Amino acid sequence: MPIISVRDVHKSYGRGQNRFDALKGVSLDIHKGESIAIVGKSGSGKSTLMHVLALLDAPSTGTVELEGVDTATLRGGKLNRTRNKTFGFVFQQFFLTGNSTVLENVILPLKIAGAGRSERRRRGHAALAQLELDDKARSKAVNLSGGQKQRTVIARALVNNPRIIFADEPTGNLDTATGAIVEDILFALNRENGITLIVVTHDEELANRCDRRLFIRDGLLVEDSAAVAA
Amino acid sequence: MRTVDLIGSAVSNTFRSKTRTILTILAIFVGAFTLTLTSGLGTGINAYINDTVTSIGAADVMTVTKTHESATGVAADGPVEYNPDAIASGQPGPPGSTVVALTPIDLDTIAGIEGVNDVVPTRSISPDYIQAGDGTKYVIGVGSLIAGQSIQLEAGTEPDDSATDLQLVLPVSFVEPMGLGLAESAIGGTVSIAIMDAARTQHVIDATIVGVSEEGLASPTGASLVPNTALNDELFDTENIGVPADEVQRYAQASVFFDTAATDDEISALKDRLTDAGYTGSTVADQLGMFKTVIDGIVLVLNAFAIIALLAASFGIVNTLYMSVQERTREIGLMKAMGMGNGRVFSLFSLEAAFIGFLGSAIGVVIAMLVGSGVSSALSGSLLADLPGLTLIAFDPVSIAAIIVVVMAIAFLAGTLPAARAARADPVDSLRYE
Repeated sequence: MPIISVRDVHKSYGRGQNRFDALKGVSLDIHKGESIAIVGKSGSGKSTLMHVLALLDAPSTGTVELEGVDTATLRGGKLNRTRNKTFGFVFQQFFLTGNSTVLENVILPLKIAGAGRSERRRRGHAALAQLELDDKARSKAVNLSGGQKQRTVIARALVNNPRIIFADEPTGNLDTATGAIVEDILFALNRENGITLIVVTHDEELANRCDRRLFIRDGLLVEDSAAVAA
Repeated sequence: MRTVDLIGSAVSNTFRSKTRTILTILAIFVGAFTLTLTSGLGTGINAYINDTVTSIGAADVMTVTKTHESATGVAADGPVEYNPDAIASGQPGPPGSTVVALTPIDLDTIAGIEGVNDVVPTRSISPDYIQAGDGTKYVIGVGSLIAGQSIQLEAGTEPDDSATDLQLVLPVSFVEPMGLGLAESAIGGTVSIAIMDAARTQHVIDATIVGVSEEGLASPTGASLVPNTALNDELFDTENIGVPADEVQRYAQASVFFDTAATDDEISALKDRLTDAGYTGSTVADQLGMFKTVIDGIVLVLNAFAIIALLAASFGIVNTLYMSVQERTREIGLMKAMGMGNGRVFSLFSLEAAFIGFLGSAIGVVIAMLVGSGVSSALSGSLLADLPGLTLIAFDPVSIAAIIVVVMAIAFLAGTLPAARAARADPVDSLRYE
């Protein structure tokens, strides 16, 4: 069974004259442990697709099933718990709280989940150790280098043991060498921990490292490398 | 998110933008400071009045007069029909007021009313002067104590009603002018009281000073001497020499004693029965009530100003938090993406507002208590030295706690607007926000 199953999803914003169709009927299946690149130009609808997959946005029409459950049936607390336990996010702009410590930033998902203080500390340090950032746990996030920031963000995405990590242009703000290290970390997590990796990018090299590439143009899935291979 | 973590996050978020938070706290501080001082003023003055209640009158006594249909003196609004029983009023009121005299028949009627335990007529005695030895003669009034009343004594003891010798308590303001020296040295001295009888013959009665009374805001007798029963009888009898026997027993008012344990309802029922019988009864609480109403009214106006200051400060909170929400849009989006519910986001920002309110009010209250205590102890030594026992600004824990809670509630309400905006924010839009 696919971990995510998308059927004929449309998503439009605005009404009447201002109506903008970001997705115009997308269907795809994502299997557990895959690494997938969603590739497209800006305005192609790739970010909207990621938001729909991550349950941050509900489709206008069509269905998104997460492990066989229609996500339209998830509401309120149940939806929040699903997001919290299933997904990890890595963003281009990091979204770290500058004045808080690295550890504080990393344990935010655990705090939201309602984990106890000692559990948060233990798992936070474990995630930081995995990314070789344990010595920076007490530093303020604002004092980190770009690569350290993105590793902190990955530690945060990882801390709650998610099944799927969404990475939105994870190397966009990093130089080539640092970007390569971050990519290695993400693919290692995908290979060794079996975490499904969904990367949104317009970087061809990064896309080529993924098992499968989905090309989005004008709100439509124009090419699926898995379909081509099959 | 656990509630304890939510509170912890709200508290630490408060200090993220220190300057802005401190300025907002200062605005609340001004309001809380003012509110604490003004309510402290009310507490202090009302406590002073309560402390002196026992000296104004006992709790189980009411003053009864005969109900008068038409006002006389300055309160009259036209010619008043002659009433042979009208006599000068012993009650405070406009000059020239008269009341209808109470006769022994009236006293019997009142004594027969249900709930009345005893009736004691109040005798009106007007001596001409008081003199110590060959010293200056001074005009003085005669007050009387009824059971349950006490006088605040500067020196000596209260007059002994069971004694047969003539005793009195002299107000402290008379001691030095009369040439008696200090309050302590006046005790045991003899003074002469001159009083005119009905035939206009002046009699001089000697009595012993057993006590010197303090002057209070609500002294039961004012600038009056307080005689014991023996001296009171002596003065009354002397004053009524030559008055026909059936005219002696006419009193402006009487004290009615009722059950000490009577509830407010029973007391007002008693007043109703007195009214039905043609009399007017008023308790000490009624008379004090007017005092307190005036003070409460003044304090209310002062509090209103403090509340206005707090309302102004609450707009500061709204502004501070709107800026905070604006700055933290992406953080809010991130927390929502990570599964933080709208309700929790709302709570986070409302709690932050309440915490700002708590800081402002706690600091305001503490500093107001320090300043208030300092001011009132400074004033009681100088400007208000004539009112011993008065703490101008007093604080009671309940109203202090109430002020903190009210300020926090106002801050919380002010915080709901920005908090609602944060809670409504769409995670996708928030994450896109640059």
